[in-house]
Amino acid sequence: MATKAGGTGRFTQDEKRRDSDHVSFLKHRSFRWLWIALLLSGAAIAGYLMIDQQPRPNGGTWYGYTLGTIGVLLILWLSLLGVRKRRINPGAWSLKAWTSAHVYLGLSLIVIGTLHTGFQIGWNVHTLAYVLMLLVIATGIYGVAVYATLPASLSANRKEMTRAQMLDALTAIDRQLESAAQPLGREDADLVIAAMNQDPFSLGVIGRLTGNFYGSCRTHYALTELEDDEPGMERVYPLLEKRLAQLDQIRGQLRIRALLEVWLFVHIPLTIALIAALTAHVISVFYYW
Amino acid sequence: MGETFKVAIIGSGPAGLSAAARAAALGLSHVLLEKTDHLSDTIYKYQKGKHVMATPSNLVLRSDIDFDAGKREAILGTWDEQIAGHKVNVKYMAEAKAIRGTGDPIPGSMQQIVTRARDGTKSVKEVQRHAPPYAIELTNGEVVMAENVILAIGTQGNPNRMRCPGADLPHVQYQLDDPTEYVDEHIVIVGTGDAGIENARGLAEDPAQRNTVSILNRGTEFPTAKAANVSALMADHEAGKLMVRTESETKAIEPGFITLTTRDGEIRILCDRIIARIGSAPPRAFVEECGIEFTSEDRGAFPRLSPVFESTAPGIFVIGALAGYPLIKHCMNQGHDVIEFINGNTDLKPADEPIIAAKFAELPGQRSTEEWLEFLRSNVSILGGMNPLQMREFMLDSEAKFFRAGEVIFERNAPGSSLFGIASGSVAVEVNPADPSITIPIESGSIFGEVGLISGRRRGATIRAAEDTIVVEISRLAALKLQSQVPSAKAAIQRISIERQLLQMFGSGLTREDVAPLVEAAQVQEKRAGEVVVTEGADDKDVFIIRRGSMIVEKQIGERPVFLSYLPAGSYFGEMAVIDGSARTATVKAAIKAEVIRLPGEGFLDLLEKNPALRERAMKDMAGRRATNAFIEGQKDSFSSVVDMYSQTAQFLVDNGIGEATDVLLIDEKLCIGCDNCEKACADSHDGLSRLDREAGKTYAHLHVPTSCRHCEHPHCMADCPPNAIKRGPDGEVFIDETCIGCGNCQRNCPYGVIRMDAKPPKKPSLLQWMLFGKGPGPGEASYSWRKKAAEKEGAAKAKQAIKCDMCSGIDGGPACVRACPTGAAIRVSPDKFLTFTKLTEDVE
Ligand SMILES: Cc1cc2nc3c(=O)[nH]c(=O)nc-3n(C[C@H](O)[C@H](O)[C@H](O)COP(=O)(O)OP(=O)(O)OC[C@H]3O[C@@H](n4cnc5c(N)ncnc54)[C@H](O)[C@@H]3O)c2cc1C
Ligand code: HEM
Ligand code: SF4
Ligand code: SF4
Repeated sequence: MATKAGGTGRFTQDEKRRDSDHVSFLKHRSFRWLWIALLLSGAAIAGYLMIDQQPRPNGGTWYGYTLGTIGVLLILWLSLLGVRKRRINPGAWSLKAWTSAHVYLGLSLIVIGTLHTGFQIGWNVHTLAYVLMLLVIATGIYGVAVYATLPASLSANRKEMTRAQMLDALTAIDRQLESAAQPLGREDADLVIAAMNQDPFSLGVIGRLTGNFYGSCRTHYALTELEDDEPGMERVYPLLEKRLAQLDQIRGQLRIRALLEVWLFVHIPLTIALIAALTAHVISVFYYW
Repeated sequence: MGETFKVAIIGSGPAGLSAAARAAALGLSHVLLEKTDHLSDTIYKYQKGKHVMATPSNLVLRSDIDFDAGKREAILGTWDEQIAGHKVNVKYMAEAKAIRGTGDPIPGSMQQIVTRARDGTKSVKEVQRHAPPYAIELTNGEVVMAENVILAIGTQGNPNRMRCPGADLPHVQYQLDDPTEYVDEHIVIVGTGDAGIENARGLAEDPAQRNTVSILNRGTEFPTAKAANVSALMADHEAGKLMVRTESETKAIEPGFITLTTRDGEIRILCDRIIARIGSAPPRAFVEECGIEFTSEDRGAFPRLSPVFESTAPGIFVIGALAGYPLIKHCMNQGHDVIEFINGNTDLKPADEPIIAAKFAELPGQRSTEEWLEFLRSNVSILGGMNPLQMREFMLDSEAKFFRAGEVIFERNAPGSSLFGIASGSVAVEVNPADPSITIPIESGSIFGEVGLISGRRRGATIRAAEDTIVVEISRLAALKLQSQVPSAKAAIQRISIERQLLQMFGSGLTREDVAPLVEAAQVQEKRAGEVVVTEGADDKDVFIIRRGSMIVEKQIGERPVFLSYLPAGSYFGEMAVIDGSARTATVKAAIKAEVIRLPGEGFLDLLEKNPALRERAMKDMAGRRATNAFIEGQKDSFSSVVDMYSQTAQFLVDNGIGEATDVLLIDEKLCIGCDNCEKACADSHDGLSRLDREAGKTYAHLHVPTSCRHCEHPHCMADCPPNAIKRGPDGEVFIDETCIGCGNCQRNCPYGVIRMDAKPPKKPSLLQWMLFGKGPGPGEASYSWRKKAAEKEGAAKAKQAIKCDMCSGIDGGPACVRACPTGAAIRVSPDKFLTFTKLTEDVE
């Protein structure tokens, strides 16, 4: 086996990887795709300005058709990211490179699409496709913004704990609470039990995204309502505080993850709507030709 | 003292069983002694329902007892039946405690028993051997007499016993089979290793059992247990499920009570049951007391045996795991063969004959297997000290190969940890990668490849056959065994490796004669992780070469030590002080367990004196290192926080095993969005199971080391794998092949917890089907419940095997985890490239 080493060609490839371009998708290969996108947009603008389109610049001239074709192809290719992301083999490609290209080429669509319209906007399926495209792009920009800013706080909030460990920690606190709450009176015990029975995940979409759930948080409520001079409280109170801190960590995790993901729930359906509108747009154009 | 048996077989594992069955079939008078009340205790103790595997598949089974892969219960059932069917004379609850020859003293036959005390001092005891028949003394006081004894007691050993007054009471036990059996009891667990912790947690798990469980810890730390177990235990303690008593020891035991000494004095508490899990002693001491010599003092050494399994005590034979053959099939074949030998059948060919014969089939020249073995043994100098049985065993893990003149044997930078011996012909080493025509010859009888074996790093040079050549390629495992069995081979390999390392390191132009005085004076030293080799400011003058492991260089700047650089195996250090006579400018310490070659400074200077070219190179290296150090020191003045960060990050990575890694996954948490696409891609590239746990693991300054294989230079996981299923692949990856028997040893041995035991799940519906129709669980690892249901639908569940990262070997494009990360957070690096200032302080965003 030792004899055919390097024969697979992977050693060189591996060494390159281990040498590792340790940079984000935005910086990938010194902004290669940013430059390509800028070039593409620049060329489209130059063409728009220099080519004499008759009767007036719009999607119907040969230049308009060219831009439209480029736009459609780009959109279809951009949509394929959803497949690429889930199909890792075969092929020696990297999702980071794809994301990098996706972001920059996607942005160049603003220029290409807008020039394609020739600034003719109206209440029709053509403009619908254009607006949907802009919305997809807008959500994409939000996505890039959160990808660039939130991971560090996700990491800091996690404090080396896994999701399962956070839940385990909560369960452990609850077990202690259960025995600590034994000496409490009926009313106070009910507050503690209500706190423990609340599902840490039932936050609602708004609560999840804003991180503001103290309004409905029973643990928080119990902490404000319990009378701290009752016997047994010296154990219950600190435990409830610990519980709230643990809940805060779990909720923080949920919130940041939600902020990182929520836009995809708009980006993807809008993409589907865009492709539908685009299809209608293309068919109608050919139909009325 | 009744009859004297022809053979007494001690231990009823697969080896002992098979021997007893053969003896019964031949009508020999025999007895099978078993410590427990059932057959084959090691297999009896496997997890319920464990799928037992019958590897190696190409080895025929030669036994009167059947064995095929299958469930533990089925196999034990068959054995019980067949042992009864053969009318084997089994004696249960018969634990052998001592074996003594009752005949005359054997002239000149002395057994030396070396015992090592904790402080490292040795004492030697000499025992005169006596001729058979042997008296086997049992723990219950009975004595069994036999002409021949077969030791087949495996390697489990005996649990360490408690020694306080009352330790022999019946409610003190050393094992816990089923924690749910006990209810309403006050139970004390002694020992806070993994076994003790698992038992304690098991007993306290279900409050409905109403057990009061406490676990005793002599100190306050848990040095022998896995971190996950300790944190779970402490959580149970805090939750009030059980009680951890620190700084407590048992003073006395009486029915119903136990007395403890604690920091606050003695206490006496209720106690219905004591479970002591305080480790176990390997059987070596017992075996040595029987007059059986081991091949060396190594912990991994086996008894010295003749070709018919006879030990140095005439008439005592050793087979099975104790003899170094841990696979059930080997054990059973040996049981059969040893009885044949004792019965006088000396012509019997071992069952592995066809396997060994196949290894020589491709070689030119008509020779029988015996002749080939002898050919290798007599021609390759390091094999000279072995006997024919050892040669056979050795050959099972080695290959004989023929190369025509000019053919490449291995290439520079290829991974490989095997050692080669030249049986005939010779080879040429291409010492200069730029000019392949410059070569150094290695002659017949010598060895090569030893650097890869010792350092675990890639091959340093391409080697070709200089003429038609026959070599024996000795796997890492066989080479390690050889060194522990044949001390002269170990010394020879060491000497050659030092010489070669010197020649290779200091480049061409040097000859063996040049370095001979240095080789003579060189000393190999072991260093513990963290041990300091060179201290800043000291004025000793030695030069060191890292033979194995790696080192880190630090310097005290201001208050704290600052990490300067990482030195992989194969580098040298300490030359600065020798060359310019200054004090040590930095501290060098072992990043992980390491071995260095210590060369006296004067010898090194002499060598430089005689070789101006070498001197020039050394000066250049030194200037380079000085520049790096000066650069970091300079940065420290202006960018103190950056340097601190660099230094602490490097130290953090070293603490997390990067120092022994060859290729490790890191996640930059400034970029990681937590999408787990890396895990999903891993599962989808490998039978639907992920081999990495992204979230688990430590993080420092947003650099996260997930639970995933480091592909260690010297993989701990390889240490104790019965079928040798763990190997290093052509791209440097450490992988587990399909011969894995699922014993879980590797999982226990890996210090980073990266191996999981699981069954290969059925195939999922395709991605398209999922996207369009929502069929199947989608990308990534399917949930446990889906896997279980799908496996049930498919019929028989597959056996659990060990699963770990194979660095996506054979997959175009390399590791899927890295390729699947959308943001560039996941990277795979090697320490020598990554533990540098530029890399660690790179601005990624
Ligand atoms: C979890 C696990 C899974 C494994 N899976 C497989 C597998 O799938 N396939 C495979 O081929 N191998 C497997 N192995 C390896 C294999 O089980 C052992 O190597 C094999 O059982 C060794 O057989 P043995 O006869 O030499 O000794 P053992 O099977 O260890 O038997 C020794 C017997 O001797 C008895 N004994 C010990 N001391 C004394 C004494 N002083 N007096 C009297 N009796 C004594 C013991 O009670 C025991 O019954 C596995 C090992 C483990 C730990
Ligand atoms: C019309 C243009 C676009 C289309 C059709 C499109 C479509 C898609 C699709 C289908 C996905 C896959 C989502 C998934 O399956 O999880 C995706 C992901 C993404 N898109 Fe777009 N997109 C467009 C423009 C943009 C733009 C302009 C940006 C950024 C400025 C952007 C940023 C992203 C990002 C960051 C992802 C997530 C990558 C990942 O996490 O794997 N997109 N897009
Ligand atoms: S694929 Fe990358 S971003 Fe996603 S979880 Fe893994 S490391 Fe983080
Ligand atoms: S499995 Fe563990 S011991 Fe083996 S190579 Fe990987 S990290 Fe090292």
